[in-house]
Amino acid sequence: MLSSYLTMAAILFCIGLYGALSKRNAVIVLMSVELMLNAVNLNLVAFSKYGVVPSLDGQIFSLFTISVAAAEVAVGVAILIALFRRRGTANVDEFNEMRR
Amino acid sequence: MGGFYIDWSGELVAFFAFAVVMIVGAVLMLTLTKVVHMVVSLAAVFLGLGGMFVVLEAEFVAFVQVLIYSGAVTILLLFGIMMTDHQAAQHEPTRPVHEIVSAVAAIVLFGILFYAIRTTEFAPSAPPLQAGVDNAMEIGKQLYTQHVIPFELVSVLLTVAFIGAIVIAKKEAE
Repeated sequence: MLSSYLTMAAILFCIGLYGALSKRNAVIVLMSVELMLNAVNLNLVAFSKYGVVPSLDGQIFSLFTISVAAAEVAVGVAILIALFRRRGTANVDEFNEMRR
Repeated sequence: MGGFYIDWSGELVAFFAFAVVMIVGAVLMLTLTKVVHMVVSLAAVFLGLGGMFVVLEAEFVAFVQVLIYSGAVTILLLFGIMMTDHQAAQHEPTRPVHEIVSAVAAIVLFGILFYAIRTTEFAPSAPPLQAGVDNAMEIGKQLYTQHVIPFELVSVLLTVAFIGAIVIAKKEAE
């Protein structure tokens, strides 16, 4: 049963990776990153039940990652709004000051 | 679990039901054209993952998942869409080469992960965790004894992050 959960998490992670690489709207990129973080949570909880040493630690780690992801998405949306106000676009291709 | 034998238990049925919900939601998130519809399908993925946590006997994590992700993160992303231009995203020019390269990268990564999962021998000895009915209470005890320092650090992190988010998103004084 463990490998089913791990495969499910891998599918979610790869869909999120594809979205993060191919989409241009920064909000959608953030959503894809959230998908990848969710896949990690699924792995943690699955190992907490079916791992070599089953314990509650995996669930506690997943709680920590959920809270850090919440902070990440708050800061991400705030940066996005500030960038949109300054540049008038939410397209990730146009945020390229660092390589000019 | 080696090989492909299947014994249909209740857990497996629930797993497949939630897996179908999550994969359909995730694929719809990438293919729909309106950004608001994308957020709704992302909420479906989050709810399916919460159900999967219930199947894994992690009820507390499941409720946290529903509260934080399906509630807070979805609403926050909706606000992010409303504050930026959600019209421009609907008819953007396509970049076929870029998308194909991204798809190949994702599929190759999935192949590597799937190969690793299928070939790894997980030690079969330990019985699965029996969390029992007092799952939330056990998590609370561990949070306040063994993991108390990271727990307090997370509270500091959340405070700093949310104050920082307000400062960043605030209108600059002209």
